[in-house]
Amino acid sequence: CTDDLNLAPQYEVTSASLYKDFANYKSVLAKIYGGYALTGLKTDGAPDLSGFDEGKSNYIRAYWTLQELSTDEAVIAWSDVFPIHNMNWNSGTEAVRMMYDRIFYQVALTNEFIRNTTDARLAENGITGANLEEARNYRAEARFLRAMTYWHALDLYGNVPFVTETDPIGFFNPPQISRAELFAWVESELLAVEAELVPARQNEYPRADKAAAWMVLAKLYLNAEVYTGQARYTDAITYSKKVIDAGYTLAPEYPELFMADNDRYARTTGGVPQEIILPVAFDGRRTTSWGGTTFLIHASLGPEHNAAAFGMNGGWGGLRATPEVIDLFNTSDERAIYHTEGHTKEIEAISNFANGYPLNKYTNITSTGAPGSDPGLNFPDTDFPLFRLADAYLMYAEAVLRGGTGGDRATALGYVNMLRNRAFNGAGSISDAQLTLNFILNERARELHWEGHRRTDLIRYGLFTSSNYLWAWKGGVPAGRGVADYRRLYPIPASDLAANPNLKQNTGY
Amino acid sequence: QQRTVTGVVTGSDGAPLIGVTVALKGTTTATATDANGQFSLPVSGSGGTLVLSYIGYVTQEVSVGNQSNVNVTLATDAKALEEIVVVGYGTQRREDVTGSVATVTEENFNRGQVTTPDQLITGRVAGVQITSNGGAPGSGSTIRIRGGSSLGASNDPLIVIDGVPVDNGTISGSPNPLSLINPNDIESFNILKDASATAIYGSRASNGVIIITTKKGLADAPFKVNFNTIASIYRLTDQVDVLSADEFREAVLREKGPSQEALLGDARTNWQDQIFRDAFGIDNNLVFSGSVKSLPYRVSLGYLDQQGTLKTGHLKRSSAAINLTPSFLDDHLRVNLNVRGTLSKSRFADEGAIGSAVAFDPTQPVYSDDSRFGGYYEWANANGPLLLSPRNPLSMLEQRRDQGEVFRSIGSMQLDYRFHFLPDLRANLNVGYDLSRSEGGVVVAPTLASGFSTAGSRSQYEQERDSRLMDFYFNYAKEITALKSRVDATVGYSYQYFKTYSPSFATFNEAGTVELTQAAPFPFEVENALIGFFGRVNYTFNDRYVLTANIRRDGSSRFSPDTRWGTFPALAFAWRINQESFLRNATAITDLKLRLGYGLTGQQDFGQSYPYLARYTFSENTAMYPFGNQYYNTLRPAEYDRNIKWEETKQYNVGLDFGLFNDKFTGTIDYYRKETKDLLGTIIPAAGSNLSNRLFTNVGSLESEGVEVTLNFNPINLENVNWNFSVNGTYTDVTITRLTNVDETNSVGSPQGGISGGTGNTVQVHTVGYTPFAFYVYKQVYNEEGKPVEGVYADLNNDGIINQNDLYRYKAPMSPVYLGFSNDLTVKNWNLNFVLRANLGNYVYNNVFSNNGTYQNINRTDFLTNMSRNVLETNFTGLSAEQPRLLSDYYIQNASFLRMDNITLSYNFGKIARDRVNLRLSGTVQNAFVITKYEGLDPEVGGGIDNNLYPRARVFSLGANLDF
Repeated sequence: CTDDLNLAPQYEVTSASLYKDFANYKSVLAKIYGGYALTGLKTDGAPDLSGFDEGKSNYIRAYWTLQELSTDEAVIAWSDVFPIHNMNWNSGTEAVRMMYDRIFYQVALTNEFIRNTTDARLAENGITGANLEEARNYRAEARFLRAMTYWHALDLYGNVPFVTETDPIGFFNPPQISRAELFAWVESELLAVEAELVPARQNEYPRADKAAAWMVLAKLYLNAEVYTGQARYTDAITYSKKVIDAGYTLAPEYPELFMADNDRYARTTGGVPQEIILPVAFDGRRTTSWGGTTFLIHASLGPEHNAAAFGMNGGWGGLRATPEVIDLFNTSDERAIYHTEGHTKEIEAISNFANGYPLNKYTNITSTGAPGSDPGLNFPDTDFPLFRLADAYLMYAEAVLRGGTGGDRATALGYVNMLRNRAFNGAGSISDAQLTLNFILNERARELHWEGHRRTDLIRYGLFTSSNYLWAWKGGVPAGRGVADYRRLYPIPASDLAANPNLKQNTGY
Repeated sequence: QQRTVTGVVTGSDGAPLIGVTVALKGTTTATATDANGQFSLPVSGSGGTLVLSYIGYVTQEVSVGNQSNVNVTLATDAKALEEIVVVGYGTQRREDVTGSVATVTEENFNRGQVTTPDQLITGRVAGVQITSNGGAPGSGSTIRIRGGSSLGASNDPLIVIDGVPVDNGTISGSPNPLSLINPNDIESFNILKDASATAIYGSRASNGVIIITTKKGLADAPFKVNFNTIASIYRLTDQVDVLSADEFREAVLREKGPSQEALLGDARTNWQDQIFRDAFGIDNNLVFSGSVKSLPYRVSLGYLDQQGTLKTGHLKRSSAAINLTPSFLDDHLRVNLNVRGTLSKSRFADEGAIGSAVAFDPTQPVYSDDSRFGGYYEWANANGPLLLSPRNPLSMLEQRRDQGEVFRSIGSMQLDYRFHFLPDLRANLNVGYDLSRSEGGVVVAPTLASGFSTAGSRSQYEQERDSRLMDFYFNYAKEITALKSRVDATVGYSYQYFKTYSPSFATFNEAGTVELTQAAPFPFEVENALIGFFGRVNYTFNDRYVLTANIRRDGSSRFSPDTRWGTFPALAFAWRINQESFLRNATAITDLKLRLGYGLTGQQDFGQSYPYLARYTFSENTAMYPFGNQYYNTLRPAEYDRNIKWEETKQYNVGLDFGLFNDKFTGTIDYYRKETKDLLGTIIPAAGSNLSNRLFTNVGSLESEGVEVTLNFNPINLENVNWNFSVNGTYTDVTITRLTNVDETNSVGSPQGGISGGTGNTVQVHTVGYTPFAFYVYKQVYNEEGKPVEGVYADLNNDGIINQNDLYRYKAPMSPVYLGFSNDLTVKNWNLNFVLRANLGNYVYNNVFSNNGTYQNINRTDFLTNMSRNVLETNFTGLSAEQPRLLSDYYIQNASFLRMDNITLSYNFGKIARDRVNLRLSGTVQNAFVITKYEGLDPEVGGGIDNNLYPRARVFSLGANLDF
């Protein structure tokens, strides 16, 4: 009679049975990809992570918070996030912990799938033939996504715990890996998985292919000097070139890259050029959370906006840019999409949404002017572009200027002018003399602002913490001030230092 | 010369009584009646006096004289219920009880409009703290016995109704699961507090056990009808202190000047007046009882209709219960059949309106001519309502219809068979069920601001909860006169199964034409089961020494086969000191008993059913991810610990019961100590080691100790005047002794207690060495006038910066001391009864002050928000960083209080209407007054964070009780 205690879920599956049915594999893979867009099993209320506001813990929102709000590109009116722009965060700052927890959630989720899809496990579970081939693709993509996430970890936190599929799920304390060692691991993992990924532009939307791996490699190499002390510009040229040569094309109209139907530019079908190499997909009815582009669009709208014109039901009155970034734009630049009415350019108080111009390039309106699919206009259809061809052009140019070999200035100038010509409707070309490292940095802000690159760029240029470049409220004072160099890394959150005695805090914190 | 006296002992109904103790006074000679009620006892030639005693009957002395045959009829004892203590799987005589068990019977229940059973005993029992969850109709209470023993698992006691441990989980559509039991059907509460008493319930016993016995029909009783009716008015006594329209206007002009003036309206609206009302309630109960031949029965019908003081809220509850207690086979087989059913229909008022009423601009009118919002005023622009502004509180109530209907039935059939060949041995089978079915839904009008963008909404839910029970035990009770011993032994088996099922439904717009969210792909369903084997021996020697040993072995489906089973032993000893020869002649001492107890109990009640399994769950349709043109429901692996196991509590108890001066003064003092290990709770696992940043597993240890004192006085007991009063007091101290799997002594611990203001802020923490839920705050700096200085906090670690390293632990919500005082005075036909209750040393975070207490509320360019009047005290601008201000210890306030819970005056008219009817009228005021220094609305805040609690009303009730 004690067998009555052997109860198991009716509508959930356990890992023992799930991997015997190949139909489930794609749903697990969807969870891993969805890990960047979603926060749980529904919009909110069934979260992956707890201990903080669910919407704020969204991967893209948390990543964006650390990469953008710490820079000249963005300020936010909400005081709980002030420490990021004020650069006085510490190991207890919520935003620091949310990204960290999200990264290691994604790592654990991916490890679980990789562990269950080894050739041995697939054979055990009777996965054969075409299914086996597909399962191997899934596994390669999972490995790529894990490597990309570890790249985020090494870029933001440097020296982090290291867990792979060989560690069990349970109660143990992972060892810490140094930033340089993690760089080497991410590099080798990407190089290993490159061969197994689907060729560039051959995978279905919005899955990763070889070009996605090349993008991460190019970024690793471009920043290698920061990450390891060893410059790798030649490798950066090699891998950005691979991306450029893979058949991607710039979208004709810059604003359309950030609209409700921007998935068109991430697909090979549909008759428009593919510029987006890897997006995080959102959908107003089916892929919803309070992070991602929901946050980016809502938070950059306020009382003065006609929210309906952005396909939204209203604004949260949060995000703006500092005047230093606004000053980078020429008003005839198509990329200068910011709102001035009812706003001052200068930022007297960060908490006042009317101080500073909101950048409004993300919208929930399609290229034909229709609102997105959510009847409540809460959740946009707009995808977040993780990697775009434009970034590969700018990386190529920068690596050439920084002395990498295998590329040349003329090609670099050509790439940069392609972006300029799109932005200025055929005009806007610069001369070879104007092509400087500083120009590239500013051009990256104009082209790639609010796409999550700025902090890394400023660190690579040595401007993130230094007093050589100041922006409003940098370091917590209105005119800006330099801060200590240790802030080029975020601290390991106090919560994990308490939980895992193997960890040592980053220097300075 | 020896001779033998024989006889038959019967009850007042003429039926033989089995097992009556027949003793020869002044000697050790004694026997017990057999299955036919017969006894035979050797006596000396002069006969002497027989003492006949039996549980539930008045002990009788009979002089034998020269009779050889003595037949005795024992009268039932009106106070019998006090003498019998219902313990797990059986009853015990009060004098044989070794554990800490408190009994509250009907005569001591709280009076007046009692909607849920827990209100019957609030303030009556030391060590039991009952905090009502607010003033919503039927909202029930949080019950803590000895402060609970867990952090993350349930701290609710096990509630057993007529032998059926009931499902105490939340039922959709019902304000509170206990609200589905009609309090009028309850005869007694027996509260098992220490482990030696509770361990027979093994894995479910760590938080104490409340055994509820319902009323039954009496054998051969005449047909009786009782009708009881109470009508009540609920009136709020106070409001959250916010700025009036004039003060608000003045504050806007003074602080912000003309730039904000345009946002002001010209109405004078008290929004709290708009949403609250005087509410009316009526509670009728009709009971038929009697006996058809040898079939005693009791049938009760109840109907409660109660409005909420928050407009639109309403509870209607109909209940019926039938109890049959026939016996068969010459009383060898006794049957106790209970079936009760309750149907409750509720309309739930949107409690969010309370916060909105506090925050809404008082210069704005209630109504406007904007037809987009159904004629209610809203902050809006051409696109519709502003996303971040408060909503019109009255509209939130009147344009939202949230209704639920719950049917619950609890039934049990207990068969108790006394073996013909061995009347000392009984076999007892108890089968029971507890099921509930609920359904309901929410309709939001398209003109309600929150439903504006979707053209309203229409959602529905259904839930089924089932529990099945089967207990079987043998009981052997024997009086071994020759050895001056009494043995009572029980062995048994118990099985209980629980299931919860709820299908998922799509949400539509109000018209039902557009699907807003799809139904989840699967219904929700969880099951769990418990199996236990238990045994108990109660041995009494010479009426002086009582030893009880319990053991239970329990298995729970919540754990893996490797960790599933737990063994829970307990041992207790009682010494009835007053029976010792040296006290026999001390007539002043009527009772003196020392109790020592030790026991181990378990805990397996927590929100999850399969925490040890590697489970994957499909997402709902709002969290899919596309591949190609197809959307896939995502499949998420849940975090798990395959080694999760029982939480175990070791408990020691020392108690002293005494009665002095013919029980005019009785009392009980208990000291206890509890140590919980393998505490079930949520911790932060090392990042990357598990599938979430929180893991529910065994996380640490907790210790608590306490002293409980109950004193009962009966100073006047005359024919026309009877005065009883009772005082109880409890001291408790709970400390977390270990928290993670890592020995990290200076770790902050685990944040708790989310607050309003910003997002994700918490104001409490669990830390090793501190009380659970200690407040974790910045130390406010005050100026010379004693006013808090905005944005200035003490640099506690002296590092020159104020950051989270300067947070400190300051007080806790739990009251270390709580007291109850009850009084019952009868003068002729008048009776005055009241209960006073006090909590001392409990602290509350005033979230109403912190979230509404700055001029930041009038800073926005698109709308204004009202403020707590506290802003006039502090003059906080709100321009300082929000987070340290919200976590200032300025907002932690002493919430000690004294509350008059209940005061009732009644008059018994006696027999009226030609002696056919007995009538009693009563008037009650509940929540008559509260004395406190706390500055918020009500100091009694479960969890210690005061954030727009549904206010508790003062209730005036008139009742009539008629017996036919």
